[in-house]
Amino acid sequence: MARITRADVEHVAELARLALTDDEIERFTEELGAILEHAAQVSSLDTAGVPPTAHPLPLVNVLRPDEVRPGLDRDEVLAQAPAAEDGRFRVPRILGDVP
Amino acid sequence: MTALELAAAVRAGERSAREVVDEHLAAIDARDGELHAFNHVMADSARDAADVVDIAVARGDDPGPLAGVPIALKDNLCTRGVPTTCSSRILDGWRPPYTATVVERVLATGGIPIGKTNLDEFAMGSSTEHSAFGPTRNPRDPSRVPGGSSGGSAAAVAAGFAPLALGSDTGGSIRQPAAFCGVVGVKPTYGAVSRYGLVAFASSLDQIGPFAVTVADAALLFDVIGGPDPLDSTCIASARAPIAESVDDGIEGLRVGLFAELLDGVDADVAGRVHEAAGALRAAGAKVGDTSVPAAAYGLSAYYLIAPAEASSNLARYDGVRYGLRVDGDDAASMNARTRDAGFGAEVKRRIMLGTYALSAGYYDAYYGQAQRVRTLIIRDFDATYRDFDVLLAPTTPTTAFEFGAKTSSPLAMYLSDVCTIPSNLAGHPSMSVPFGTGADGLPVGVQVLAPALGEPVMFRVARAIEQAAPA
Amino acid sequence: MSWEAVIGLEVHAELATATKLFCSCVNEFGAEPNTNVCPVCLGLPGSLPVLNERVVEYALRLGAALHFDVPEQSVFSRKNYFYPDMPKDYQISQYDLPICVDGRLEVDGARIGIERAHMEEDTGKTLHVGGGGRIHEADYSLVDYNRAGVPLMEIVSRPDIRSAEQARAYVTELRAVLDAIGVSDVKMEEGSMRVDANVSVRPSGVEALGTRAEIKNMNSLRSLGRAIEHEVERQIGLLEGGERVVQETRHWNEEDGRTHGMRTKEGSDDYRYFPEPDLVPIAPDAAMRERARASLPELPAARRARLVEQWGITEHDARVLVAVSRLAEYAEAAVDALHEGTAKDVANWCAGDVLAYLNDTGSSPEVLPLAPDGLAELVGLVVDGTLSRNMAKDVLGECLRDGKRPKQVVEERGLAQVSDEGALGRIVDDVLAANAELVAEWRAGDDKVRKKKRGALVGALMQATDRRGNPQLLNRLLDERLG
Repeated sequence: MARITRADVEHVAELARLALTDDEIERFTEELGAILEHAAQVSSLDTAGVPPTAHPLPLVNVLRPDEVRPGLDRDEVLAQAPAAEDGRFRVPRILGDVP
Repeated sequence: MTALELAAAVRAGERSAREVVDEHLAAIDARDGELHAFNHVMADSARDAADVVDIAVARGDDPGPLAGVPIALKDNLCTRGVPTTCSSRILDGWRPPYTATVVERVLATGGIPIGKTNLDEFAMGSSTEHSAFGPTRNPRDPSRVPGGSSGGSAAAVAAGFAPLALGSDTGGSIRQPAAFCGVVGVKPTYGAVSRYGLVAFASSLDQIGPFAVTVADAALLFDVIGGPDPLDSTCIASARAPIAESVDDGIEGLRVGLFAELLDGVDADVAGRVHEAAGALRAAGAKVGDTSVPAAAYGLSAYYLIAPAEASSNLARYDGVRYGLRVDGDDAASMNARTRDAGFGAEVKRRIMLGTYALSAGYYDAYYGQAQRVRTLIIRDFDATYRDFDVLLAPTTPTTAFEFGAKTSSPLAMYLSDVCTIPSNLAGHPSMSVPFGTGADGLPVGVQVLAPALGEPVMFRVARAIEQAAPA
Repeated sequence: MSWEAVIGLEVHAELATATKLFCSCVNEFGAEPNTNVCPVCLGLPGSLPVLNERVVEYALRLGAALHFDVPEQSVFSRKNYFYPDMPKDYQISQYDLPICVDGRLEVDGARIGIERAHMEEDTGKTLHVGGGGRIHEADYSLVDYNRAGVPLMEIVSRPDIRSAEQARAYVTELRAVLDAIGVSDVKMEEGSMRVDANVSVRPSGVEALGTRAEIKNMNSLRSLGRAIEHEVERQIGLLEGGERVVQETRHWNEEDGRTHGMRTKEGSDDYRYFPEPDLVPIAPDAAMRERARASLPELPAARRARLVEQWGITEHDARVLVAVSRLAEYAEAAVDALHEGTAKDVANWCAGDVLAYLNDTGSSPEVLPLAPDGLAELVGLVVDGTLSRNMAKDVLGECLRDGKRPKQVVEERGLAQVSDEGALGRIVDDVLAANAELVAEWRAGDDKVRKKKRGALVGALMQATDRRGNPQLLNRLLDERLG
């Protein structure tokens, strides 16, 4: 497995919406490289035909009835909002469209 | 007094809950300045809750099995109207509009939440050094870490601030600090305890569990918090018999396996205590042998792909839009990025990056996909072992509590302290740490008891036997 | 060079359940902002999703209606991306194991393949403030999470559609099916049904697919048709000019009648799908599958065929009756209540005047002021000669406006048609006498002149009878008198 590069780190930071400083990018490239090298040990195990475990419990069909229950009070919710207006959450303008 | 004793005394009217709470608040006042186990002490609401218990007792009502017992809550458990910070700047001051199921259950049985305890930010860490609000100190030796991520909860119990505490365990975050601080810590079977209201780190690994001074007290709290919850799809739907009823049933004839892979490479004094505990179990009638779970050797690698991957997704919601910190930007995306960069500490950023990478196009199969397949292999090897053994014995940690700063310069070195605890999380199996003597440095050593899924009854019985044989 | 359009459609339908997909908040349109929210649909820290059983029921019913395979297990996955209307900054959707695969829909004799249908949660709604409300010129935005967590079915067709017209027909038929099985309100104007189109072109006869563009923001059937037509032309224009079609998402602009490329960032589309760890798989058992099959009502295609056969109406009229939500039910109830008259009569009224009323008022058959048996009454009044057809139209109008019964209106306005031969005969005689010149001109004229003069005499008869003379009778009497 190729070692993670600075460009990889920059790309990943963008996917993860983290505005890293140059310093952080430098450091993370180094640290993530070391961690991934260790983590890549998983590739030395033969897993042909082995299904992945997404859930440790073998549960299926956990459902709830289609019945209304009271939700939250809007004032309580908006009280914690960094910015609100007209009963809505306010954010800076959105450039770029829905991905 | 143990929690059991306290609750009995309060229910019998021999002690007032208010007096018990005041006593513990005084202890916190006296020493938490030094230890910083708490992010937030709930003095007023604790006193109010205590008064409610006392009124009930006076009326002749039964407030419940936790009557008047102060309980410390890890600060990643939602408590309505009370700050829940996850020891992160990004949630500094956030007061949830709702309460976690486990906390509701504590309240419904007369328990008294006394404060929110410090943790590694978003539960990512093994020393509580990654808290945004400063570390917690180990009550047994304040120059040492208490372990993590539930360092605050472990320290609170060890320092006598509360007889009981709740923590969360994703890769060892209850058991490892329990071992470092010399208290009992339990990670339940995945799905045995509702996660509703636990701020998620790694959803398929996280479990909430008790800290206590004694095994019996841990069983008491475990029985209160466990059980079905329609608000958590991954919570087992069937109720189970209380553990407290069978804790003292003894271990005659039980088959105990010494976990080879986890005994390998730990400090000699730690390994020594495990063998000593095994000897005590043998003397008490258990059959002890050696066993192996080969794939467990890859547990650490698989964990450091799976956990960060799930975490990277779980932590995406912290974007400055609806709650918590916001750092302004020219546009929404820039606001998100600046908020997250300012609000998250280095360890959290590292894991988010790691996880995002492991899930990204072109890498998913080799990293996340492969790790989940290795997880299946680990489960299979455990299942094979449990055909021949009822429980496994292992160290909880490779070393005793290390000094501040000893591992912070190398993330990988820090991750290695989870090597003994991680396999249980990957398998979804229960396991617990029981204090058993000290290391060469006089610091506590924890012995880990592992059991198959839903094997809490036998796990607690073995833990009880170990406790009874523990060196003074 | 002749070209072929290749079109695939992605339809999102909001399911008409009482509560949202993963929480017990009300699923309703138009509430005050942020009043139907809870920790789960707000994605608050510590919240967890729990699947609504009725959504699974509806998904299985849709699976049965569109001839889908429903695999043994299906799984939810997280689609990870940042956007302010997404409370968790990931959407819980289905990726590699959707609940329905390999379906189909017959549209005017053509079989359109449907690749998959899956469940996913809807996002919140954003209002853009400043700059004319357009996202790119806005100063800031406001978010309402009432819609966040509303259950959606995403239905993805294969690229089997070959024209804008066929695309409209597909959407119309799909809409009718979803409406018939009762899983969605399917109102494009309310957003409970949304359509995106994937459009490409290729030279006729060539098998390989051309590069496709995804077209969004078509808010009506008409927009859908116009947008696809425009996009096909645009792509042909590019290719004929030696340029390439860029794979991108384009926005349809209703005002300027063109699609516009959107600014997208490089590499921003890596959704990093992985199985949702907070939800367990769905494994529909035999009972669930059987319930889905048993719950299917008569589907539109079958209903149309039956009405054509049983009522002797045209395919066109059958299409109209079935396409308008609940109109066919109304017509059938009216037919059931008939004493005199035919189903065809009822169908004509429904496809004509009743439908016009529905369109004018935006009303729905379920709340028509005239009950189905009232329409049956009206038909009877025409058949027994009480009302002429023209008079009946008028009466119907009043019934629909004022909620009266036809017989009531007839009595109040004294509208009963005169069909007494003796009385009518005397009137004819009077009119002829009063218009002797016209009669003479008729006798003297050729066919053309006779037609004109006869028409004038009919006009005079209408006046003389206050339009209440039975027209067939009048015509006969007139012809007899004229000789």
